[in-house]
Amino acid sequence: MVDIARQYPGQLAKPAIRSHAGLRRLVRRRSTIGFLMCLPLLVIVAGLIIYPALYSIYLAMLNKAQTRFVGLGNFSYLLSRDTFWMVIEQSAIFALSAVFFKALIGLVTAHLVNNLPSKGQRKWRGMLLVPWVIPLALSTLGWWWLFDPTHSAFNWIIKGFGGAEIPWLSDPYWARLSVILVNVWYGAPFFLIMYLAALKSVPEQLYEAAAIDGANAWQRFVHITLPMMRNIIAITVLFSLIVTFANFDIVQIMTAGGPRNMTHVFATYAFLLGIRSGDLPLGAAVSLFMFPILAVSAVFILRGVRKRAREIG
Amino acid sequence: MTAIAAEYPRARRASLMRNRRWALVTSYFFLILFAIFFLTPPYYMIVTSLKSDAEVAHLATNPWIIANGITLEQYRLLFAESDFLIYFKNTVIVTLCVVAITMVVSILAAFSLSRMRFWGSGILATGIFLTYLIPDTLLFIPLFQIVRGLGLLNSYWSMVLVYPTLTVPFCTWIMIGYFQSIPKELDEAALIDGAGHIQMLLKIFIPVALPGIIAATIFAFTVSWAAFVYPIAFLFSADQQVLTVGTVTSLIKADVYKWGMLMAGALVAAAPPLVIYAFLMDYYIAGLTAGATKG
Repeated sequence: MVDIARQYPGQLAKPAIRSHAGLRRLVRRRSTIGFLMCLPLLVIVAGLIIYPALYSIYLAMLNKAQTRFVGLGNFSYLLSRDTFWMVIEQSAIFALSAVFFKALIGLVTAHLVNNLPSKGQRKWRGMLLVPWVIPLALSTLGWWWLFDPTHSAFNWIIKGFGGAEIPWLSDPYWARLSVILVNVWYGAPFFLIMYLAALKSVPEQLYEAAAIDGANAWQRFVHITLPMMRNIIAITVLFSLIVTFANFDIVQIMTAGGPRNMTHVFATYAFLLGIRSGDLPLGAAVSLFMFPILAVSAVFILRGVRKRAREIG
Repeated sequence: MTAIAAEYPRARRASLMRNRRWALVTSYFFLILFAIFFLTPPYYMIVTSLKSDAEVAHLATNPWIIANGITLEQYRLLFAESDFLIYFKNTVIVTLCVVAITMVVSILAAFSLSRMRFWGSGILATGIFLTYLIPDTLLFIPLFQIVRGLGLLNSYWSMVLVYPTLTVPFCTWIMIGYFQSIPKELDEAALIDGAGHIQMLLKIFIPVALPGIIAATIFAFTVSWAAFVYPIAFLFSADQQVLTVGTVTSLIKADVYKWGMLMAGALVAAAPPLVIYAFLMDYYIAGLTAGATKG
């Protein structure tokens, strides 16, 4: 820029050039600083998330000793095994039913808390959030003790009413139910706070207008609350779907995949094959099966977030 | 005639009030049911941790109450005769390091992404949100290989290395939201007064966005404190173990389940996040739900 100004001194006004060049330098400097400030983030994201994610695709195409390239061999081996199909089935049952009940309980409790006088809301919200605050591994340990085969405190109550003991974790189907129950218990409060925040953002005038038009509580819910919250419900459900699909703690601690591998989800099966049995490539292949469902949810979440941002302006 | 007219609205108001009271009573009734469901496990953990081994093992007594007197024996055993304090120390070190790293990295990045445009910054902001959606259970196997390659396997410093993958993307996302809500006029005023970028960040952005910083710090703290997948995969000796995995696996010795001590350990391990929530819950919830309600 300065060179040009020197070459054509008569054609361009000097002060304008100087300020123009200065501005340019400023912008350049500003963007350089901006980039430098992002650099630590880029290093972490690229080195510890993107690279491992791509590396796991390569890793999944090696043999157990990681000496030979086997292409899609690990994937086709997994798909030929009945156990793995059971893992797929159980992951789907686990995630879909847990998310459904979490969303339902979250919606109901959010409404109940919202009904209370505003003074008591904080206390109730705090109390209902406790499951979500305790680190999941530790509360799962508490649940495991509640389900203990000989000392189960639930069975003590059931026996007190004259019922038969329930084999919470030793019968495959009860075990499946138990791990879902714990997941619902842990995850419902997250829905509660998201919905509660959403409920508070619905303008009060809408309800007043509906009340004047003679709408009852159910009609107000269906025609005002649900449409206003639709986007947040969608984002929360999709987000929870990802987290629940990827859940590891509950199944690993309570059943470690048993009885008869029937409670395994992708994460625990990948852990069993990859870390416990030392077949890292096969484990990587198992966890990569999570990728399609995650990608689809992510696309929809992103769309929801953007749409929401546009609506707000 | 006038009497009826006066009577009618009163009756209507009375029925409305009755309706409202009825709604309140049903709300409380169901909330109590849900509270019982949500609080049963922590209650039972507390009860068990305050019993003697003999009472825990005894099958006939009511397990839901403490029949033979409260004892702190389980807590004494936990601190005196197990590796619990080692796990606790390791977890504190790891968590403090991860929180510090996370906050520095995400505040710098969020400041830059919300105010300084550079090539690719728009895509980067979206990309960070996407990386947050990649779960640890997808990354732990390739990371195992990487951590092993670095010679950090079975060292809690590997946790300091890998936990930021759980915390940095979301904290950056929260901070971008908070920084973007700061009016641009404030920066302009600062620039006119001759402040540099760093001064602007330290003197304006950080103080104004303090609620967001608190929310992000709590998030980073809870996530690092509760992480389970990475330590169970990468750490295997007691002197390197962290609280979550240590309590769940290593306190169980030779298939003898000392349930009282286990519950005491789980409760002590869960106490720091619970205390933080008790005091700072509002900040945290505001930070988490800001994205949902604002956009």
